[in-house]
Parts: sequence; C-alpha cells; structure tokens
Amino acid sequence: MKTLTCINCPIGCLLTVSVDEHENQCIKGNLCKRGIVYAKAELTNPTRTVTSTVRLRNAAVSQLPVKTSSPIPKGTMRACMLALKYIEVSAPVAAGDVIIENVCGTDTDIIATRSMPAITDLHA
Amino acid sequence: MQTVDLAIIGGGPAGMAAAIGAHEQGIEDIVILERENALGGILNQCIHNGFGLHAFKEELTGPEYAERYIRKVTELGIPVKLGTMVLDITPDKEITAVNPKGMLHIRAKAIILAMGCRERPRGALNIPGTRPVGIYTAGTAQKFVNLNGYLPGREVVILGSGDIGLIMARRMTLEGAEVKAVVELMPYSTGLKRNIVQCLDDYDIPLLLSHTVTEIIGRHRIEGVKVSAVDENQMPVPGSEQFISCDTLLLSVGLLPENELSMAADVSLSPVTGGAVVNERLETTTPGIFACGNVLHVHDLVDFVSEESMLAGRNAARYLQNPEPASRREIPIRSGQGVRYTVPSFMDPDTMDEVLTIRFRVNNVYRNCYICLYFDADRVYRRKARILTPGEMESVVLKKEMFTEHKGVSSITITAEEATNA
Ligand SMILES: Cc1cc2nc3c(=O)[nH]c(=O)nc-3n(C[C@H](O)[C@H](O)[C@H](O)COP(=O)(O)OP(=O)(O)OC[C@H]3O[C@@H](n4cnc5c(N)ncnc54)[C@H](O)[C@@H]3O)c2cc1C
Ligand code: SF4
Repeated sequence: MKTLTCINCPIGCLLTVSVDEHENQCIKGNLCKRGIVYAKAELTNPTRTVTSTVRLRNAAVSQLPVKTSSPIPKGTMRACMLALKYIEVSAPVAAGDVIIENVCGTDTDIIATRSMPAITDLHA
Repeated sequence: MQTVDLAIIGGGPAGMAAAIGAHEQGIEDIVILERENALGGILNQCIHNGFGLHAFKEELTGPEYAERYIRKVTELGIPVKLGTMVLDITPDKEITAVNPKGMLHIRAKAIILAMGCRERPRGALNIPGTRPVGIYTAGTAQKFVNLNGYLPGREVVILGSGDIGLIMARRMTLEGAEVKAVVELMPYSTGLKRNIVQCLDDYDIPLLLSHTVTEIIGRHRIEGVKVSAVDENQMPVPGSEQFISCDTLLLSVGLLPENELSMAADVSLSPVTGGAVVNERLETTTPGIFACGNVLHVHDLVDFVSEESMLAGRNAARYLQNPEPASRREIPIRSGQGVRYTVPSFMDPDTMDEVLTIRFRVNNVYRNCYICLYFDADRVYRRKARILTPGEMESVVLKKEMFTEHKGVSSITITAEEATNA
C-alpha cells in the first residue's frame, strides 16, 4: 500500500493506493474525482517542472532563471540539473529564449524566464 | 521641489499594478520609486513556478509574472526611478528619497504605499545558544542562490514551514545540499499542500510538526541545533531533545509588512496585520495615502496582490479627481469568531463600488464550517467551507444591494463557525 497527498486543493486528501486480488488498483481517501486523476498520474508517470538558474555574463545579476518548457518525468530531474550546471549564457537574453534544446532526451527545452539586457545596452 | 500627481513607493507587483490601475483612470503624472535596480520586487528571486494561476490561468515563474507587468508599465510610459530609496514621507505627502545622483524631494498629491514586507529576523525569536555564522532567513538564502549563484551551506535545517522555507528546501536540495529537516512549531504547516508534497515529500525531507529548535550550537560557524517536540502549549517536552548537525539554519518564521515610512506619514497600523488600517478604497488614515500588496497585509498569492493593487490605483485616481468627497460614513468591519483580521477594516456603503471584496484570514484550522457575514446581529450571507487554514487568505464579497435592507447598519462582522452550531 502506498499513500499520497492530493495537491489539487487545500483539503489535501490523504490518498491510499492498494491493489486488490484481481490486480486492480484501488484508490481511497479522495473527496472528489480530481484525487483519482492525480493519484493515477503520480503512480504511472509523475512529472515536475524544473526551475533553476544558469550562469549569466554581461548582465546586472550573475544568474539567469530558467525552467523546463513543460513538466519532465521526475526521474530525469537530477540529470537535468546536472546539464544546467555547466551552462553559461551571455546577455542580452529574452524570456522564452531556448537555452538547451531537448534536455536529456525529454523532448522538453530549457527556456529563460527573465529578460536581461546586456550591461553595455544599459549604459547606452 | 518636484511635484507629481501620484507617487508610488515600491516597484514590486503591487506598485506596478497600482500604477497601471491609476493610469487606466486617466492619471498620467505618476512616478514609481524603487530602491532596487529593477522592477519586479521579490518576484525576481522567486524563480519557482506557481504564480498567476488565478490571474492568467497559467503557471508562471515569479520573473515571468513580473515581466508581464513590467512590459505593461513600459508600454504605458509610466515614469520609474530605479535605485531610488525613499527615506521619509510626511503626512502632507512630501517625499524624501536618495539615489546615486543625490537627494530627491517630491511633493505628491496622492501616494500609494507598496513597499512589500520583510522576513522576521531571528532576534525576534529568542533561541538560546550562540550566535554563529550560518544563520539566514529563507528569503536571504533565496536571494544568494537565485540572484548571486552562491549556495550558503551544505547541511541545512529549516525552522518554520512557511512557503519560502519549503521552496528553499527543494532549491537547496537540487543544488546539492542536504536538507536534514524542516522544523515547525505548530501541529500543521502554514505552507501550501502542493509545496509540502513537491518540495519535501519528493525528496524525502522530514517535516517535524510540533517541534522547535531549542538551542543553536557552534562557536564560529553553526555546527548543529537541538530540536525538541513541543506540547499543546508550545513548550518543549523534556527528554524529547535530539541533536541535528548542520552548517546552515534557515529561518522561515513569517513576514512582517515594512511600515517605517507609513508611520512617518502618520498612518495608523493594525496591531494584527502590522499593515495600515484602511477603508474600502484602501485609503489609510492619512487622506490621499493608499496602501496595497504585502505592505498592507501579507499575501500568499501574488495574483491577489495585483488585483488589490489595481483597485488602490483606481481609487487614488478617483481621489485625485475629487479629493474631498461628501461626508463619509465609516462602518467598521469586525473580525468575529474564528477570524484573525479583515482588510479593509472600515467601509462606506454610499461610496462603495457595486461589489467589494473583503479579504481575511482565520486564526486556526477549521473543517466543515461556515463563513458568515453579519450586518449588526443579522446574518446576511453564509457559505460552507470544507477547510479553512490560517495559511490561505479567504474572501467574502459585499454587494451594494445588501445594504438596501440594512440602511442603518452600524457594524459588519465576519465569522468562521463550526457547521454543527450554524
Ligand atoms: C520568498 C517568497 C516566495 C513567494 N512565493 C510565492 C508563490 O509561489 N506564489 C505566489 O503567488 N506568491 C508567492 N509569494 C508572494 C508574492 O511574491 C508576494 O505576495 C508579492 O511579491 C508581494 O508584492 P509587493 O509588491 O507587495 O511586494 P514586493 O514584491 O516585496 O515589492 C516591494 C518593492 O518595494 C521596494 N521598496 C521597499 N521599500 C522601499 C523604499 N523605502 N524605497 C523604495 N522602494 C522600496 C522593494 O525593493 C520591492 O521591490 C512569495 C513571496 C515571497 C517573499
Ligand atoms: S481529492 Fe478533491 S477534495 Fe481531496 S484534495 Fe484532491 S482535489 Fe481536494
């Protein structure tokens, strides 16, 4: 048996998942249907959006915030973080710019989430 | 001295939305004064996602949410002075500020306070033990990691389970630190469920509810903390103490509105929220000075900050167009049973819009209860709520028509009542 907390609303139902004698999954503890949908997704393919930063040169701050353009499988998060570790970007950057294409074979891009002018532009 | 119709103090989400709201009502002589070198406020360091679900029906990161408003402010051509720190505001709306070019004196016809909040520092907490290096507020750590690219430590204990602490537990874990525990005094977390699941459970970080840090150990750098269980009176339980070694302690024990300037301007503050006392137009006790966003009361969702602040901007515009309205009624809005505070705390049914949203927080966790609205002793509205928690701001909507049957109402009360006796 496994337990999960539904995150779709502040009630936060504690969902218990068990398998009956016919190998059917049985989800209990939800107060509404969204709990079932959530538990199924969490059990089959849990995904998360990764947000982090990469090094930024030629800008007023040294870090550029980035995210995966869509949620990626939970199991690939570590590899994704590692891929970000050695990236360095130079301003100017616009929010939405692709920083890494198809990160770790997830079919998801890493994109910038903040626009940063180059320092030279700032003084122009 | 420079003069301006409307000066806005702070260029975070509140200040930007207030400026846009005022501009939409035809006020163009505006200036936003912001001490940092960029607009966006605290959102610039909140790189995680979860912003904008209410306002845009999209999940944005903090910087993305901010950028939508920055673009709007720029498009409208609203003047902004960055790197400009406001030092003083007088009750007759003279502003003193400083920036790299020197001192600035501005006389404004109306002012909107949008300075945000600051984290409660540890001094307010009285933990026994030494005062070594390695103790930061969670927000300071967030700034180090997300803006400066500097990880403040490798073995972390977090005191307080507010959202910022939870977010930082995940952030530091992803950056390679080990978060050993999140310690929460109350029997529940004030953080969002979603953050508990995605920031703690995902990484098997223990959340110790009804626990607190009873001692800090370490001479130069922090070496560890003693953690104890607490009883229902929040007193440490003898014998429950355990030692957790760590090189960093993050404090996420709440936020306080940043109101030194408001006090200088003779604005009355609420002892409960730490923010200004306002009427339904979000006007403080000093006429022509308005407040919105986290400086008014601490918000958990930026979407509501933007909504509230647009309203403050529109009302400031209205004030500028007609500074002295006909005599005003001030009906108090009281926090009844189960309710910790309401914003606004006064209202005038004659000058209100068709609808008025009253935001409030409850003082405990309540299940299966009713949110009730009373005009004097008459209940005029109630709604069932499955769960109410202090961590989530609630609201009720007052409609102008409610007053047609209650013309002489002298006070309005909001309560959270258990369903059994309702
Ligand atoms: C760490 C953290 C995490 C959060 N996470 C979430 C989340 O996941 N989802 C969500 O919806 N909301 C979240 N919030 C809440 C949301 O970000 C805030 O409610 C919102 O930013 C408040 O906006 P504000 O404009 O009132 O304050 P701020 O964003 O703090 O802006 C205030 C501005 O005023 C400026 N200022 C202050 N004093 C002066 C002065 N004297 N002179 C000039 N300028 C001054 C400051 O520099 C700052 O730019 C989070 C908040 C924090 C603190
Ligand atoms: S199952 Fe339904 S009621 Fe329960 S937490 Fe999820 S969304 Fe909320």
